[in-house]
Amino acid sequence: MSAVLQNLVNQPYKHGFVTEIESDVAPKGLNEGTIRLISAKKNEPEWLLEFRLKAYQKWLTMEEPQWPNVKYPKIDFQAISYYSAPKPRKKLGSMDEVDPELLRTFEKLGVPMHERAVLAGVAVDVIFDSVSVATTYKQKLAEVGIIFGSISEAVHTHPDLVRQYLGTVVPIGDNYYAALNSAVFTDGSFCFIPKGVKCPMDLSTYFRINTQESGQFERTLIIAEEGASVSYLEGCTAPRFDTNQLHAAVVELIAHDNADIKYSTVQNWYAGDENGVGGIFNFVTKRGLAKGVNSRISWTQVETGSAITWKYPSCVLQGDNSVGEFYSVAVTNNYQQADTGTKMIHLGKNTRSTIVSKGISAGHSNNSYRGLVRIGPTATGARNYSQCDSMLIGDQCSASTFPYIQVRNNSAIVEHEASTSKIGEDQLFYFAQRGIGNEEAVSMIINGFCKDVFQQLPMEFAVEATKLLGFKLEGSVG
Amino acid sequence: MIYQNSKPLLEVRELRATVNGIEILKGIDLTVRSGEVHAIMGTNGSGKSTFAKVLAGHAAYVVTGGTVAFKGKNLFELAPEERARAGVFLAFQYPIEIPGVANNQFLRLTYNTVQAQRGKDELDPLEFDDFVREKMKLLEMSPDFLDRSVNAGFSGGEKKRNEILQMALLEPLLAILDETDSGLDIDALRIVANGVNQLATKDNATILVTHYQRLLNYIVPDYVHVMESGRIIKTGGKQLALDLETHGYDWVSIEQRAAAGV
Ligand SMILES: Nc1ncnc2c1ncn2[C@@H]1O[C@H](COP(=O)(O)OP(=O)(O)OP(=O)(O)O)[C@@H](O)[C@H]1O
Ligand SMILES: [Mg+2]
Repeated sequence: MSAVLQNLVNQPYKHGFVTEIESDVAPKGLNEGTIRLISAKKNEPEWLLEFRLKAYQKWLTMEEPQWPNVKYPKIDFQAISYYSAPKPRKKLGSMDEVDPELLRTFEKLGVPMHERAVLAGVAVDVIFDSVSVATTYKQKLAEVGIIFGSISEAVHTHPDLVRQYLGTVVPIGDNYYAALNSAVFTDGSFCFIPKGVKCPMDLSTYFRINTQESGQFERTLIIAEEGASVSYLEGCTAPRFDTNQLHAAVVELIAHDNADIKYSTVQNWYAGDENGVGGIFNFVTKRGLAKGVNSRISWTQVETGSAITWKYPSCVLQGDNSVGEFYSVAVTNNYQQADTGTKMIHLGKNTRSTIVSKGISAGHSNNSYRGLVRIGPTATGARNYSQCDSMLIGDQCSASTFPYIQVRNNSAIVEHEASTSKIGEDQLFYFAQRGIGNEEAVSMIINGFCKDVFQQLPMEFAVEATKLLGFKLEGSVG
Repeated sequence: MIYQNSKPLLEVRELRATVNGIEILKGIDLTVRSGEVHAIMGTNGSGKSTFAKVLAGHAAYVVTGGTVAFKGKNLFELAPEERARAGVFLAFQYPIEIPGVANNQFLRLTYNTVQAQRGKDELDPLEFDDFVREKMKLLEMSPDFLDRSVNAGFSGGEKKRNEILQMALLEPLLAILDETDSGLDIDALRIVANGVNQLATKDNATILVTHYQRLLNYIVPDYVHVMESGRIIKTGGKQLALDLETHGYDWVSIEQRAAAGV
């Protein structure tokens, strides 16, 4: 690989600092006692403890999946701490009472914790290690009946809602990591948009792993009632450690008749260093149920971080005429590995799904798209369009595409397109010959490549994502 | 056109270059003055494109000897993009495709980059759109090419026209056209040649690499050079191109060998 391309890919991680803050960390190890401890710390109702214990029993019988196209040493689940929370100085009443050290951390990360912040108009729920530390704009949202805040709080304030929906889209035994999450999840966001309400602002969660030995197992639940709509953003970072941290989240979305949920992620967990040491193992289960007629679930993700990403945000299109969308940019560099994609399960009539996946691999990384389109026998008139493009930077990296298509209804129309391209020295030379330097050329090529996905992101996020990709690939030219 | 007392724009002395350790250029000498048109002809593989790419600064080609001065300064001190901004333009023999990057964005970026270098005004997307459409009219190019990706899926001739469009936008001091005529239909050849002639001034110069005398009927060269095995073995006026057409390259080689006493 040319020196030009070499440098382009090696850019220091900007969020790798650790916050010095006193934390309440549970002893390492996983057993029934750990689960009871978490549940007790959160003062949870009995039904939730049962939910956890059932999941734990299930998990014990399960095997870690071997099919993803990623390699990593066996995870020692006994070496992880399953609960870590910054010790609050006192009971929080408002944002001004949040530990200033935490405020500084999130300021440094560019997350607006003050409602008067520059990025106004976005409500934020901030999760630090295992717990939610702050939620902004709560009051304002409550006025239109929207419930937005941490899930542990919702368990107490709206137990019936949580109980009604939790685990309905991703059952406790769905997969190995989902079972683990169901057993030990610590916090996450809960969001409920009542009938007919269009959420007046974007809702957002910001996840930060701070403690070295802790895993992060967050649980997000979003419900849009009939005719409701919401746009939800998720961002994540972690400090730079030379050990791997496990992040195994579960996200469940439920859209009723005519409801619309748009879920956008910019994932920038620490990816490990240039030799592949350290970084987050990001094993995530995200699934949306388009339950009602004309409902819509749309996933947009920009995955740039993590040592390993294993993630398939999916849509179950149950309601007639429901719509599922998946727009993804996954960037891997150095020794990062990503096996990501989606599942579109068509059950209702005239259901439609769109998949646009853009994989960019640089360095020695390995980037796979894995996607399933299943048209069930009842899904008359279903349609799917998939487009999976890979781009290689340099010649040490690899890209693979694994499309699975299962059609059980003759009226379905399924289209799949795929392409692989490469940023070559001759392309960069062409730009240079027209006065355009390498970094600008690469950014132009990458932005062009990702255009179809970026334009799905909310404005501020699109700007953020473009910058992030620039950082990520900057300096590999030179 | 040859002007009295015009300054040398490009001075190449004893230029040697290798690719993958193989020596391709074996001592090239060439002087191009402002206002002149030079044609370089020669057999396939004789090193014409290599010469062009060495001047433009392609990283795969290693200069192993000799000097090149552009406007009196060492060209090799400039990075490829700096050469371009200084006014060296290469119309590629095989323009590369850049899928995903819209032609109009690319054209505007390159235009504004070079404008900024010259201390001139940059154009916003709307202004640029008007400007580029005018230029495209001269080349009888459809504006549809603006919305497509750079060169992606363009026919051979369309790619060549897109190169000349860029030349028209950038108004280089030294334009090297590497077989821009190959792949052009007769009408396009005339249009492109007209474009090149219109851009010619007493301050700039053009090097045409070509296999065909036909192009030289439209763009009349002041000098014709014959390249063979990485050297310029013969230089003459426009008559030389006609002689080559009649006698073939062997004729030069024999004559050259005789002159060299081998
Ligand atoms: N990257 C490379 N690796 C190996 N050989 C190369 C490389 N680039 C050029 N060459 C060789 O250098 C020689 C000169 O090539 P060049 O492209 O300059 O010829 P040319 O005169 O432009 O020919 P044509 O008229 O066919 O365009 C050829 O023998 C070619 O195979
Ligand atoms: Mg050539």
